[in-house]
Amino acid sequence: MSAANVTSISFKDMLAKSAAAQGERRAAAANEPIPAPAAAPPTGKPVVYVRTRAPEWAVRAFAMTLGIAAFVGLWAILSKASGQLPDPASTFEAAVKVFGDPFYRKGPNDQGIGWNVLTSLGRVGLGFGLAALVGIPLGFMLGRFRFLSDMAAPIISMLRPVSPLAWLPIGLLIFKAANPAAIYVIFVCSLWPMIINTAVGVRQVPQDYLNVARVLSLSEWKVFTKILFPAVLPYMLTGVRLSIGVAWLVIVAAEMLTGGVGIGFWVWDEWNNLNVKHIIIAIFVVGVVGLALEQLLLLIARRFSYA
Amino acid sequence: MEKYLQIDGVEMTFETRKGPFVALAGIDLAVSRGEFVSLIGHSGCGKSTLLNLIAGLARATAGTMLLANREIAGPGPDRGVVFQNHSLLPWLTCFENVHLAVERVFAGTEPKAKLKERVHRALEMVHLDHADHKYPHEISGGMKQRVGIARALAMEPKVLLLDEPFGALDALTRAHLQDELAKLVAATGSTVVMVTHDVDEAVLLSDRVVMMTNGPAARIGEILDVDLPRPRDRLALATDARYMRLRTQVLQFLYRKQLKEAA
Repeated sequence: MSAANVTSISFKDMLAKSAAAQGERRAAAANEPIPAPAAAPPTGKPVVYVRTRAPEWAVRAFAMTLGIAAFVGLWAILSKASGQLPDPASTFEAAVKVFGDPFYRKGPNDQGIGWNVLTSLGRVGLGFGLAALVGIPLGFMLGRFRFLSDMAAPIISMLRPVSPLAWLPIGLLIFKAANPAAIYVIFVCSLWPMIINTAVGVRQVPQDYLNVARVLSLSEWKVFTKILFPAVLPYMLTGVRLSIGVAWLVIVAAEMLTGGVGIGFWVWDEWNNLNVKHIIIAIFVVGVVGLALEQLLLLIARRFSYA
Repeated sequence: MEKYLQIDGVEMTFETRKGPFVALAGIDLAVSRGEFVSLIGHSGCGKSTLLNLIAGLARATAGTMLLANREIAGPGPDRGVVFQNHSLLPWLTCFENVHLAVERVFAGTEPKAKLKERVHRALEMVHLDHADHKYPHEISGGMKQRVGIARALAMEPKVLLLDEPFGALDALTRAHLQDELAKLVAATGSTVVMVTHDVDEAVLLSDRVVMMTNGPAARIGEILDVDLPRPRDRLALATDARYMRLRTQVLQFLYRKQLKEAA
């Protein structure tokens, strides 16, 4: 009876811990105390439990490590079972070699992984930058003027769901070269989230702030710099984050089709070489770079968000 | 007495889907320089609409409104507005929020150092000079409202318009800010029009209480002269017979003559 109780309590404790870990952010924001685990039911004799809790971060780190270990384990089992998929250990060895010399150049089609990633990032940066130059002002205009927004709505709604790669042939037709066509595809796919989020942000500017602008009768320039722009900035940064996310997804596919240098091309090239280890390495590299971009932009967004 | 703010035959009709809605009908009101006037009435009686008309945020459909003999044709910095929900810009510090207003009014005629001094003086008046570098989310609701008042006063407006300025605050903070406002108004000699639904606040602060009838087509029902001497002490007034009588008059207007069906 007593032993059964002890196990049930410790299980409850575990549940409470994992719930606490999941709800950590919310609890911290609301400044709520984390609910204490349920008290022990009366067992006749009073039992004193002394529990020391592992710190929050340690529990989370442990959970993450466990998740990664499970993933690698599953991968190892799958590679054993299939016989074709390289196992984690040999992939790791190959990765050490690949990352050992990331910036070599042996002709246009054989360059280090560093060059491939940087080239892809360059294309994303250029395509995205051009899209920001067009999309953000356009978003401001669509948000400010109902008529323009009604004009643009059907076209944006129709073009937005189109796979960016469908634009590639048009790009090849116009530019007659692979590299600008890939950049142009990034431009097209980055455009929509920025236009839409900026426009939504402009429409969400609270009437109170605009009333302040009116009673002070601020100049158009002051209204833009002191009220519109800061109010829209968080929405705009969400647009930027979504755009870069999409662009990084699309660049791999676009480069597979256009060739040259780039992480997407590298994947395709290694497939032609039947070097599956390198493909797996590429998947990790794409994932890690995407994660880093996302975190970087979240960091910037947090910097500019006002409570 | 000089009529500083003059409202003659003002009507306000809103076009709605169900046809025109007459919010205000035939409002006549004159406010003297340095006078403190409260607008009181049940919610929906159009008292905030009237304040918005004075602020220039809306245009009256009929009638004339003059401030210092000039027609009110739109919003302008000669009328300082304090909104119910403070309306501070969250990305600017308290200092910057006030500075935005000061800059708008005085940047053309005064050097930058003078502008800064004005901001500091305004924040000092509301006892917030220590919080000038803080952002609105870092200070309490009462402090935010004080920054809002500082912003409005710093423009040295001809008339200060207060739209239920303490409505969102707890009772203790509200009482404290009412006393501070009374002192500020006495010190600056401001002309004030305040919208409120708080009978005590209206009687305590005002020279006259303008009681409005229920909408639609709201008009001014009665005007009560509050001839209590200043400075007024809320504790002494709590047992003062004259204060009680004035207070009862407003209550009678609101709850006997203009009793509203429970919404």
